[in-house]
Amino acid sequence: MRKLIKPLVFVLALVPFAILLLRIFQNNLGPDPVQELSLETGEWTLRFLIIALAMTPLRRITAQVEFTRHRRMLGLFALFYATLHLAVWLVFLLEFRWVAMAEEIFERPYITVGFSAYLILLALGLTSPRVMVRKLGKNWKRLHKLVYVAAVLGVVHLLWILRLDIGPAVFYGALVALLLGYRAWFSLKSRRV
Amino acid sequence: MLIKKPSDIKPSEITPESVYRNRRQFIGDGSKFLLGAAAASAMPSLANAQTGDSLKARAPVTMQRTPPAAWWADKFADIKPAPDSEPFYTGEALTPYEDVTQYNNFYEFGMNKGDPSSNSGSYKADPWSVEITGEVAKPGTYNLEDILKPHDLEERIYRLRCVEAWSMVIPWVGFPLADLIKRFEPTSKAKFVEFETLVDAETMPGIRSRFSIVDWPYREGLRMDEAMNPLTLMAVGVYGDYLPPQNGAPLRLIVPWKYGFKSIKAIVKINFRETMPNTTWVDLQSQEYGFYANVNPDVHHPRWRQDTERRLPQTLFSRSRIATRPFNGYGEQVASMYEGMDLSRYY
Repeated sequence: MRKLIKPLVFVLALVPFAILLLRIFQNNLGPDPVQELSLETGEWTLRFLIIALAMTPLRRITAQVEFTRHRRMLGLFALFYATLHLAVWLVFLLEFRWVAMAEEIFERPYITVGFSAYLILLALGLTSPRVMVRKLGKNWKRLHKLVYVAAVLGVVHLLWILRLDIGPAVFYGALVALLLGYRAWFSLKSRRV
Repeated sequence: MLIKKPSDIKPSEITPESVYRNRRQFIGDGSKFLLGAAAASAMPSLANAQTGDSLKARAPVTMQRTPPAAWWADKFADIKPAPDSEPFYTGEALTPYEDVTQYNNFYEFGMNKGDPSSNSGSYKADPWSVEITGEVAKPGTYNLEDILKPHDLEERIYRLRCVEAWSMVIPWVGFPLADLIKRFEPTSKAKFVEFETLVDAETMPGIRSRFSIVDWPYREGLRMDEAMNPLTLMAVGVYGDYLPPQNGAPLRLIVPWKYGFKSIKAIVKINFRETMPNTTWVDLQSQEYGFYANVNPDVHHPRWRQDTERRLPQTLFSRSRIATRPFNGYGEQVASMYEGMDLSRYY
């Protein structure tokens, strides 16, 4: 039974991707499909990032080790959707105009922030195999604390895209703040003990 | 085209209402003569025009709307078709009715493009009245029927360029704003026109959003000469049909050489004033949005480029990214109004 959970989580995490593929083939993305794809992939990145971050607190609260068994995979899915998000931007919006890409990264703060978050996720993804965990030793934990920086940058990236109603940024921002707060509270508590 | 600045127009030059109201008689007298001289072969096309059958674009029959009130049907029975030449017409491919009416920015109904069409079910465009205030001889609150009564509706096919770098081509139905303004007899102090959108929290869910950073009502404005420009349209219809709520029913502005947000929807108030009004977007982000908001490929929005646009609808594998033109391609008609102005400063 327990063996089945991992493949199940894996398949579930691919559902948003499958739906997007289906909508592409059905030509069901609305009149501005590029915009739709970039919004969807961006939002799913943030969602997976938050789900991955919630695993450790959930383990502590429920005392179920099961949660942390999927943390790495969920984090890698955040990287997967972030890569799609970046690819949509590069392929469909910039159409491989590399100079324009460089300009955008340096000139537009929301892209600077979003791209930085992506680089962090990429670094975490590349150092996620067990070999790397062993190799980096103590530094691995330090490096992977950057995931919180990526989450905050992701929320800022979203906030700077929204124009009139900041509801979604408030929602995801509150979740990230909650997770970060729990983490801070927990480490403070365990230091005292 | 010679377009005078508002300061150049003497109040005496503005057509008095009595003359204006009798213009049909005046036009009628002239056309009797013209018709007499014209060959009989010209008659069918004229008759055709009067029944409205020759409109360039019609909403799909299955999607046609019921009139907001009975008198609308009469009004719409007689729409003058768009001409065959610029600037009141463009031969560019029309954006389909479904996209024009389901991909909208109308934040009073929600933030996503599909929200205005799905969240406006309880919205009522009838009865409707418009308050006219400020520097005019004839202020007051006018019923929409009275506002529209003297105006003949015409079809105009315009490009619409959104500040978000997408664009559409849309067949509107309306009449020149200039004709409406003249009826209220603006005084010499009327240098700007300010517009306001309806605020009705009950039928507009976006207004109820707790995280909206807008100070409703939505406000927009034009300089008097911009408002009087022949391109500037008061629209009441789209695709030969009544405006749906999401497109700004029952009365909205269309200023085709400016970014779409200037073309304010669901107008309930028109105020004439001497000083430049504060507008919603300028109040929110003055570094990003200016009062003029003329379409300009050389002045980028701080958050995205403005030199190209996505012409909608697109599919993922046939994307038409086209170059954005100064004044959205209407420079010949409007550029003279901004002569001597630094357009990178007055964006």
